[in-house]
Amino acid sequence: MASLNIIVTVKQVPDTAEVRIDPKTNSLMREGIPSILNPEDANAVEAALRLRDEHGGTITAITMGPPQAEAVLEEVLCLGVDRAVLLSDRAFAGSDTLLTAFTLSRAILKLKKFDLILCGRQAIDGDTAQVGPQIAGFLDIPQVTYAEEIAFSKGMFRIQRGLEQTRELVEARPPVLVSVNAAGPVPRYGSLYAVEGACSGEKLKRWSTKELALSPAMLGLGASPTAVKKIFEPDRSVKGEVLQGSEKEMAAQLIARLREMNCL
Amino acid sequence: MINLLTEKCIACSLCVKACLFDGIRLDGKIPVLTDHCTGCGACVEVCKVGAIVSEGSSPPPPDLGSYRDIWVIVEQQEQGVHPVSFELLGKARELAAVRNCGVAAVLVGSAVGDSVSALIHGGADVVYLADASFLYPYRTCPHERVISGLLEEHKPEIVLIGATCMGRDLAPRLANRFKTGLTADCTGLTIDEQDGCLLQTRPAFGGNIMATIVTAHHRPQMATVRPGVMQAVHSDDRTGRVVEVEAKPDSVDDFVRVLQTVAKPGSGVQLEKAPVIVSGGRGLQGPDNFKMLSELAELLDGQVGASRAVVDMGWIEHAHQVGQTGKTVKPRLYIACGISGAIQHLAGMQQADVIVAINRDPYAPILKISHVALIGDVHKIVPELIAQLKAQQ
Amino acid sequence: MTVWKGDIQAMDFSFTRAQELARDIARSFAQTELAPYAQEWDEQARFPAEAIAKLGPLGFMGMCIPKEYGGSNLDGVSYVLVIEELASVCASTAIIVSVHNSVGAYPIYLLGTEEQKKIYLPDLATGKKLGAFALTEPNVGSDPASIETSAQADGDHFILNGTKTFITSASTSDTVIVMASTDRNKRARGISAFIVEKGFPGITVGTHESKLGIRASDTCELIFENCRVPRENLLGPEGFGLRAALNALGFGRVGVAAQAIGVARCAMDAAVAYSRERNQFGKPISSFQAIQWMIADMATEIEAARLLTLRAAKLKDDGQPFAAQGSMAKLFASETAMRAATKAVQIHGGYGCMKDYVVERCFRDAKVIEIYEGTSEIQRMIIAGNILKK
Repeated sequence: MASLNIIVTVKQVPDTAEVRIDPKTNSLMREGIPSILNPEDANAVEAALRLRDEHGGTITAITMGPPQAEAVLEEVLCLGVDRAVLLSDRAFAGSDTLLTAFTLSRAILKLKKFDLILCGRQAIDGDTAQVGPQIAGFLDIPQVTYAEEIAFSKGMFRIQRGLEQTRELVEARPPVLVSVNAAGPVPRYGSLYAVEGACSGEKLKRWSTKELALSPAMLGLGASPTAVKKIFEPDRSVKGEVLQGSEKEMAAQLIARLREMNCL
Repeated sequence: MINLLTEKCIACSLCVKACLFDGIRLDGKIPVLTDHCTGCGACVEVCKVGAIVSEGSSPPPPDLGSYRDIWVIVEQQEQGVHPVSFELLGKARELAAVRNCGVAAVLVGSAVGDSVSALIHGGADVVYLADASFLYPYRTCPHERVISGLLEEHKPEIVLIGATCMGRDLAPRLANRFKTGLTADCTGLTIDEQDGCLLQTRPAFGGNIMATIVTAHHRPQMATVRPGVMQAVHSDDRTGRVVEVEAKPDSVDDFVRVLQTVAKPGSGVQLEKAPVIVSGGRGLQGPDNFKMLSELAELLDGQVGASRAVVDMGWIEHAHQVGQTGKTVKPRLYIACGISGAIQHLAGMQQADVIVAINRDPYAPILKISHVALIGDVHKIVPELIAQLKAQQ
Repeated sequence: MTVWKGDIQAMDFSFTRAQELARDIARSFAQTELAPYAQEWDEQARFPAEAIAKLGPLGFMGMCIPKEYGGSNLDGVSYVLVIEELASVCASTAIIVSVHNSVGAYPIYLLGTEEQKKIYLPDLATGKKLGAFALTEPNVGSDPASIETSAQADGDHFILNGTKTFITSASTSDTVIVMASTDRNKRARGISAFIVEKGFPGITVGTHESKLGIRASDTCELIFENCRVPRENLLGPEGFGLRAALNALGFGRVGVAAQAIGVARCAMDAAVAYSRERNQFGKPISSFQAIQWMIADMATEIEAARLLTLRAAKLKDDGQPFAAQGSMAKLFASETAMRAATKAVQIHGGYGCMKDYVVERCFRDAKVIEIYEGTSEIQRMIIAGNILKK
């Protein structure tokens, strides 16, 4: 029976569903937003767990982030992942997707063998969907994106992709990187059985530039090809009309307005 | 800056293996640095004989002036060229006017020759055409190899790709090949007056922050662009030329094979095309209440959408989800029922022409972007709308 | 102050990562698996079988049992956090889980022989079997020393005769820890505990009571008519049963306090949200002082109740006596829940009386919580006893 060495890259992100707009200033309130495991990474972890449950093997989760990113590693350890690695170093700060992919790739190489790298399609803060394919580029392995289902048989991965108009069934030879959509496998709940192990520290390693043998001067903000020149918030307010009256009256007014605006 | 002390080298090639940038290689037994070296120092760390040292400052940036022209990577679909490719050509023409350079289109696929003239009319001065059966359906590896070869040879300054499934699969791989900057999902592209660099504007944080990104010292500057944002141009008078590119398959291409392609069922949810969307959120209080939304949607010739919260709770399938991790829609009319308007939902629908919100919370964030708001009980208002619309038919 | 003797060493009010993770896992499960169905279960008085079945493999049914017997081995603080999360969405599920853990399985771990632990704990800890606890009788509530159910020795069996009432999970459980008198003359010292399997001959489950609140948890009579229980199922030494029961209940009490906090929190959150949306006199009612004061009182009491409960749990984790604090927690938390639910219904006005609004259920659940697992009167007796005896 085949045994799969699977690596999953995960990211801790602010929960953009909880980001509120300050009604007075009409701008984003970015403090105090809870951090969560990136939703599509949870789908990727579930895909990994299902493959391991069926075929045996080991799953290692990696994340690159500040020390508090350890929380998502503990979370995925509770889901059933076997080991986790935190890549954390001041030198990583300001990395764009290329440098992030580079750093993650160095860590993956240090882990040596892998049959499959799984990642979420994109993170809800950056929304780029670039890091996965760029890791595949650095490691010079094939990639299959937009995966919704992954199976493994006779030494090959069979992947169901969900594209705009079509669904594609693809066969890929390991090692391969696969990025998973929100329409991927529904994540399971964490298990209380795994809580103690997740927090004991035995399953979690922390690596900095030292363990990755990287020169800090050539990482992070300074080395990133892209740089943010400006951040601004779009003018999002609309002079809207609040209808008054009973439900019946409001419904009637709405229909009239919509006719005026040629929406019906 | 990496310095090689070649006399110490024992040709063990640990440095080559350690480098992720293809920055060093062994020429026989002599180590040689390539153009791709970034000075990261990984090779220094692994060399056991001290043949590699790191000193001084970073390597000099490439000669930016030697990169010219704006290129568009064209997407071939079953039924012809994806509309976004024409939109990008239109934008490329605009940028080329400022940069005083030319526009090229790269068309890689199979039996695509017919599209060449449309691309020229759409703004391309040159079409690089690679036409071979192994190039369709799209796979990352062969496309990346063929296009990279062209980019390496011709050195365009800007490369634009549609932010479609294909584009977002291909672009990062190309950017990685050149270790250059890539900006995803751009909604705005202009040229900086001062240094001639491409200013790329894109949404982040679910669309509630806009960022302007620059790739100052690397080439080509790459960007993927959202469909439906840029403007296509068309002129039958326009002329251009075709360059046929030879494309040979490689055994590594077949590490990935497409076994089967199936169209998604037509009667399924096609939110992106719906002119009217009636959407439901937690305020509906239960999955059964989506029935009345379906009824209303049908009366308005529209489709039913949903917020992430109710999809996560299993009230309706993911295909209906509007928002950052669902679909981005631009209907004529968007009616949000019992949806508070979390930022990640707004990201998916704030471009609708007319936004109506029905909610009992007068402070719901969605009201800030609504053209018409009904503050009240959605369970009473929606049936009223249905009844009145039916009566008026 | 004797109750506080020798404690409050490190005043660290933060949770460990393990405790936070346990809480987050419980919250996530409750949101998706319990919240959409809680109202329906309450209306139909339907046991949440599907949800309970899912909880077992995730470790929720063995929280007080070590890993070697199949449990998830959480500390007391984690346990309290988990129960609170479940209760904030479905108080019935919370009590089913709490009773199973604290008085259904835990006593077997505390008192059982190695043999008994090996036979019963793995199935209970993994949720394959559901546990219950039977002390209360029609004539015996607050005065357990007077129980009338008898256990007569007969060779290698005991014969149990009697009736137990108000037993949580009576009909759905697989094993019940039953308190019976092996020697009426010795009163309290004559009561013994037995592990009774529902399959033993001579047990009948009586009527399923239709209750005011906590309706999805089945509460029925258990009738023992010449029920033959093997001698090996005597739990702990003969005559030790009442003491064992009261110990177990001491911990169960902390779980009930957590349940009460969950209900109180649910009521308060609903009331706060409603007060923001409901407009009268041209303003949201949250801008009126009367409403604000009610919300302030709710919040203050819930905060205090939570601290009391966590403290009792922490004392247990540290191996310290916690009987008084456990009773204080149950007393205060359950009465807080009743007050909070009452205020929450009031804030909702007429809507607070409608089944569509969750506060209506909070109100009914809170009343039951105030009474069961030791009435407030009993809790006060215990607390006073603890102070006055020193």
